[in-house]
Amino acid sequence: MRTELVSLAFAFGYLAILFLIAAWGDKRSEQGRSIINSPLVYTLSIAVYCTAWTFYGSVGRAAETGPSFLLIYLGPTLAMLLGWFMIRKMVRIARAQKITSIADFISARYGKSVRLGVLVTLIAVIGIMPYIALQLKAITFSHAVLTGYPTPPIQTLAQETFWLDKSLWVALVLAIFIILFGTRHLDASERHEGMVAAIAFESIIKLMAFLILGFFVVFWLYQGPLDLFSQAAARPDLVGSLGLSAVPGQALGWVGTLVLATLAFITLPRQFQVLVVENVDERHIKRASWTFPLYLVAINLFVIPVALAGLLLGPAAQEPDSFVLTLPLAAGLELLPLIVFIGGLSAATGMVIVETIALSTMVSNHLVMPLLLRWNWLHLDPGRNLSGWLLGIRRVAIILILLLGYLYHALIGDSYSLVTIGLVSFAAAAQFAPALLLGLYWRGANGKGAAAGLIGGFLVWAYTLLLPGFVQSGWLAPGLIEAGPWGVAWLKPYALFGLEGWDIYTHALFWSMLVNVGLLAGVSLFTRQSRLEQTQAALFTEALRPDVMQTPLWLGQTTRGELYQLLNRYLGQAATHRVFERHDGRQSSNARDESIAPPGLITQAEQALTGALGSASARVLINSVVRGEALDLEAVLSILDTTTQTLEYNRRLEQKSAELARIGEELRAANERLRELDRLKDEFVAMVSHELRTPLTSIRAFAEILRDSPDIMVEQKNHFLGVIVKESERLSRLIEEILDLARLESGRMRLNPQVVNLSQLARDSTDAITQLYEERQVTLKLRLPDQEAWVMADPDRLQQVIINLLDNASKFADSTRGEVLMQLEAHGKNWQLAVEDNGNGIAEEEREKVFEKFHQIQQQGQTPSGRPRGTGLGLPISRGIIAHLGGRLWVEGPHFLSGARLVIELPKLQAPHETQM
Amino acid sequence: MKASTTGSRLIGLTLLALLLFLPPILLLFDRPGHSGLSILPFYIFIAWLGIIALAAWILERDHEN
Repeated sequence: MRTELVSLAFAFGYLAILFLIAAWGDKRSEQGRSIINSPLVYTLSIAVYCTAWTFYGSVGRAAETGPSFLLIYLGPTLAMLLGWFMIRKMVRIARAQKITSIADFISARYGKSVRLGVLVTLIAVIGIMPYIALQLKAITFSHAVLTGYPTPPIQTLAQETFWLDKSLWVALVLAIFIILFGTRHLDASERHEGMVAAIAFESIIKLMAFLILGFFVVFWLYQGPLDLFSQAAARPDLVGSLGLSAVPGQALGWVGTLVLATLAFITLPRQFQVLVVENVDERHIKRASWTFPLYLVAINLFVIPVALAGLLLGPAAQEPDSFVLTLPLAAGLELLPLIVFIGGLSAATGMVIVETIALSTMVSNHLVMPLLLRWNWLHLDPGRNLSGWLLGIRRVAIILILLLGYLYHALIGDSYSLVTIGLVSFAAAAQFAPALLLGLYWRGANGKGAAAGLIGGFLVWAYTLLLPGFVQSGWLAPGLIEAGPWGVAWLKPYALFGLEGWDIYTHALFWSMLVNVGLLAGVSLFTRQSRLEQTQAALFTEALRPDVMQTPLWLGQTTRGELYQLLNRYLGQAATHRVFERHDGRQSSNARDESIAPPGLITQAEQALTGALGSASARVLINSVVRGEALDLEAVLSILDTTTQTLEYNRRLEQKSAELARIGEELRAANERLRELDRLKDEFVAMVSHELRTPLTSIRAFAEILRDSPDIMVEQKNHFLGVIVKESERLSRLIEEILDLARLESGRMRLNPQVVNLSQLARDSTDAITQLYEERQVTLKLRLPDQEAWVMADPDRLQQVIINLLDNASKFADSTRGEVLMQLEAHGKNWQLAVEDNGNGIAEEEREKVFEKFHQIQQQGQTPSGRPRGTGLGLPISRGIIAHLGGRLWVEGPHFLSGARLVIELPKLQAPHETQM
Repeated sequence: MKASTTGSRLIGLTLLALLLFLPPILLLFDRPGHSGLSILPFYIFIAWLGIIALAAWILERDHEN
């Protein structure tokens, strides 16, 4: 099965599947049913971090330097833990400003600077190109191991001709793939959904392949992990292999590599592409923050067992970098080596695809476009449509990058081992970290500082890592490393300024970061920012604040026609129509439209150009048609600065308005109450007037009769005079009661509380009223206890109440056989004095109303003839007095007779003698 | 309010991860186990999984709200 043909069929069959998946992903995207809109796919796409370097190189690194391979994955774990702040911020900025690469991001942060874009792109291409070459080399190498085993791959490859190198053909297929799925539309800020789907699929394949191999090694070649580890422990040369002593630079090297991996995870162009540009929904970052580290754990789980097994196998296992293939090959298996080969292929192709897209975008937008724009002004006919050109440039860039990568691999690739190139690339990418991360959080960082830092850091990187690498490849004299250039010892690239004993990566990282951060901070502190830089810096550092990214305003002027021509030229007609439609809601402009373009439209046009050409070029183009003041920077900055204050004011205002609402509610309630009281007062006044008028009317009528009729009979005269006297008494009683009521309600009634025997008081009251009862022919029964019933009360007032109750009872008792019962009894802690009659009683719903002022009970069918009518104020006054005395007065159903029962309740006094003192 | 709690917890967790993955805590585990091999890799895997579990707990709890 290990024939050339089978392995090639597998490899290209696998690539064909990638095409199908990518095509499917793009189709679903066009239908609006995205398959990559899930945190799982996002996680898997980030796993493009695990390249062939992971797949083959981790085992190699574990075999040679123990646990240090884990640092490459612990770093991203740390970075992802902070992803919810950092990556989310970058995603938000990139989305708002249509940023398409890390070069664009850094250039946009520092005032859309063309120079920084060029710088970042150059560093990326120089630093990352070897890394792409490394992937192609891994493909060639693994294929040679697969087909040539047990012949060492070096020999197999030596027999091959240039044109038969598999990685050349793989690179060409990948170029087609990337052109098809990576440059479908000009607007690079639109996501490459098909490409991302294919990458996610590749991440599954490489993980599965490695796990299958791991299970095979641990449970097939050995009887489980314990067996493997005990066999390894028995070999004296392997005993120290898993400790820190195996790590280059020991503890210091450990820290350095961890920092390097953390920084590189964020700044590698392909990671920026999948983390930021291809992110569909920022909420996915949250899930990926822990699922991606979990993926890393899974893919590293079997690295140490495989490495130990390879070391135990001896010479048959060949180079450590190819243990994953040679272990199953040495066991004589057929299918498993193919699966592993496909796994390695998936790891390599995934990296090449994403990295090439990222680099080609950077090269076309930040190297070629700025050149083209200058050249263009000199030569090209301005009416010419350039949108086709732009896609062409990007496609050529893709092919060139892949070919360069291949040539690098084919010509000089043998000089480095896999791991070395990987970490050298990491160190190059890490040079973006200060400009990127400081730029995200420090508003004062400026473009001059960033450029100085990048150049300085890159030069130190080249001197401490790249140059010695050339020496090791044999292109330069070894004396450079051992004695330093021109024999100057303190310039030795691996021990700069005498800093010896460090591993080369920590050493390079330290010096390059020192120079990079130092220049960035120092230059930023001592130079000024341009206005545009200030705005962009503010927008970037404040990106997580809501609504900040919508602030830019154009104040310059241009016509819609000019804008239309510009967009049409660079984006093509369809995209131009989309921009105008999005703004206007309809297609209304054409190239000859002379009306003024609104600021929103100019902003949208700039964003559309940024998505296609990068922010720096877009800026240049917009400036070429917009006249006058471009951006109102002062306004934007002041908006940003005042946002915090505004938020605080808003919060306070909200509090105030809540308070006001509550007070308003209270006022409304109080108003209701006042209106009600007002209404009651009016009613009361009306009733009082009415009650006063009735006796007055009769007094006046009888008095007039007496005045006008001098010859009236004496008896009649006396009768009339009697009526006048009676009505006058009634009038004065009424007035007295009204005064009482007024005192009660205003709280000015004076009571003289003293200890009173309620029993005695009740008896005295009956004595006072006996005459009346006799007149009315009503029997009064008493049920009073023998003991004394002490209460605290004003005796006069209490007697007034009791008499009032007895009087009422006699009025409403049965007209023929009137009967009233007065009863006093103890009731818990109170005394209850009840007065009950045998009249018709009071209906349940009427019982509270009798305590309303001027309420008169309707006496059905009978008039209280011969009995004076009440004023309707007696009961309200009584209740008021009892309430003042701390008791209660209410009506209830009859207990012994048939009518109403009115009850006075007053609290008992327990020890009257003591209280009297 | 909720978001800032999650944020503080994540920062705390990152600091914990740094503590666990860096010397001197790391050095405590760089010694041979009873098989003779260093237990350092096992320690790292266990600490790593613990950090991931905590991160999942913090982030998914926040997710539900």
